[in-house]
Amino acid sequence: MEIFDIFLLEAIVNGLLLGGVLALLALGLNLIFGVIDVVWICYAELVMIGMYAVFYGHNVFGWPLWLAMLAAILAVAVLGAVLHQFVIRPVLAAEPINQLLVTGGVLFFLQAVATLAFGVDFRNVGVNLPALQLGGMYLSFARLIAFLVALGGMVGVYLFLTKTFLGTAIRAISQDRAIMPLMGVNPNRIFVITSALGGGLAGLAACLLVLQYDIHPAIGLTFGPITFLICVLGGLGNMVGGFIAAFIFAQFISVGGFFLHIEWGYVIAFLFFIAMMFWRPQGILGGK
Amino acid sequence: MLSLATVSAGYGGFQALFDVSLEVKAGESVAVIGPNGAGKTTLLRVISKLIDARTGEISMEGRRMNDVLSHEVIGYGIAHVPENRRLFAKLSVEDNLRMGAFMPAARAKYAERLEFVYSLFPRMRERRNQIAGTLSGGEQQMCAIGRALMSGPKLLLLDEPSAGLAPVVVQSIFELVRRICNEGYTVLIVEQNIRQVLKVVHRAYLLETGRIKLSGTSDELLESELIKKAYLGL
Repeated sequence: MEIFDIFLLEAIVNGLLLGGVLALLALGLNLIFGVIDVVWICYAELVMIGMYAVFYGHNVFGWPLWLAMLAAILAVAVLGAVLHQFVIRPVLAAEPINQLLVTGGVLFFLQAVATLAFGVDFRNVGVNLPALQLGGMYLSFARLIAFLVALGGMVGVYLFLTKTFLGTAIRAISQDRAIMPLMGVNPNRIFVITSALGGGLAGLAACLLVLQYDIHPAIGLTFGPITFLICVLGGLGNMVGGFIAAFIFAQFISVGGFFLHIEWGYVIAFLFFIAMMFWRPQGILGGK
Repeated sequence: MLSLATVSAGYGGFQALFDVSLEVKAGESVAVIGPNGAGKTTLLRVISKLIDARTGEISMEGRRMNDVLSHEVIGYGIAHVPENRRLFAKLSVEDNLRMGAFMPAARAKYAERLEFVYSLFPRMRERRNQIAGTLSGGEQQMCAIGRALMSGPKLLLLDEPSAGLAPVVVQSIFELVRRICNEGYTVLIVEQNIRQVLKVVHRAYLLETGRIKLSGTSDELLESELIKKAYLGL
């Protein structure tokens, strides 16, 4: 019985660690949606590009890992800004369904480009971090780092949004886009900066995930749907709601997987999501 | 300071302003009065470049403003308090004021101007952490004016500051406008509440269906038969 409890505790702690990374993914998507009112369905594909960027920087060009990661974050941030300027901006006034479809197009476009450029082989940066033994529990060191860095990243975003002029403008523009120019704010500039920030967060997530997962062109499908569902569960655009939902989801996956089977964890998590959509379609903290 | 020469503007097929010319001199407070739908709000929106003038010329301190973009207008020293205040309802009072100081030049003087706004409106200091959407109408107007003052403007554009407020509050809002004029700001105010606004400003223009019908000092307009009959009910 004691052994059982230790494993359950391990599952809960692992769920917590997983939740940190999922929360980071959800934060980027929520930030974009909350500010620009467009869902980047292709968000996880930016993560995939970021993972390849780390791989190429570190394993192909031979850069130190930290440099490859920094370059990956910057590259995906630029990709986010480019995505806004050339894909989102032209459809800003279009119907939401069209905006969704165009970012869906970008999803498959990025997958196809990645397949063309990098092939379908599974890649790995080959950084093996040890497992951590903690009072009878085995925890992945990579997951622990991911959790801490994700948490740090989220605190950084929070401070940026609440303590700086630019961050305040990002929060303000989501409430009243039309009067921003009266304060000297060029709305498009704020949108591009927000998109770069969202991209940078995807790049940061890529750096963390690359330590745990193999890289292949369809890796985005592993995180994309779940990230989107977490955002919806928390209330689309609500960053705090997304944060809470990420940890709920992660516990379903981790603890559900512990009692049954890892695949069952996902089944239960998605069932929970569907049930919640009947009960609270606006999400945990969503308005209206 | 500000001058408009034969400005026309409108929305799509609808023309709201016809050859409007007006002038605001430094240190002056000027009102544009007129009934609902006369084009008063459009006039301020043209000055702020939220809509483009179709003809005519707008200039601020001798600098032509026709080709300026809307977010650059504040750099000319013009701050606009829009119709219905348009505060960021979910942000705190202080965050709203911070937005007023978004321009790099204003950021450097943020602390100093915040102190000035708080000394002008002590109520805002008390409520600085309150969510703006939960303020009373009069307080929201203070916050909106404070936000505009945070940019350190030379010219303040006020769009119907008394609209939607209880009669008691309207009185205090005009008192506020008077104080701002006394602080040395140049003010262009648009109002339907003609009797009240004429007690506060130096000069006024009467705008009807997009055309300037009359202009003069406040005393002259208060004495004019047209205004007495049509607007003051005398």
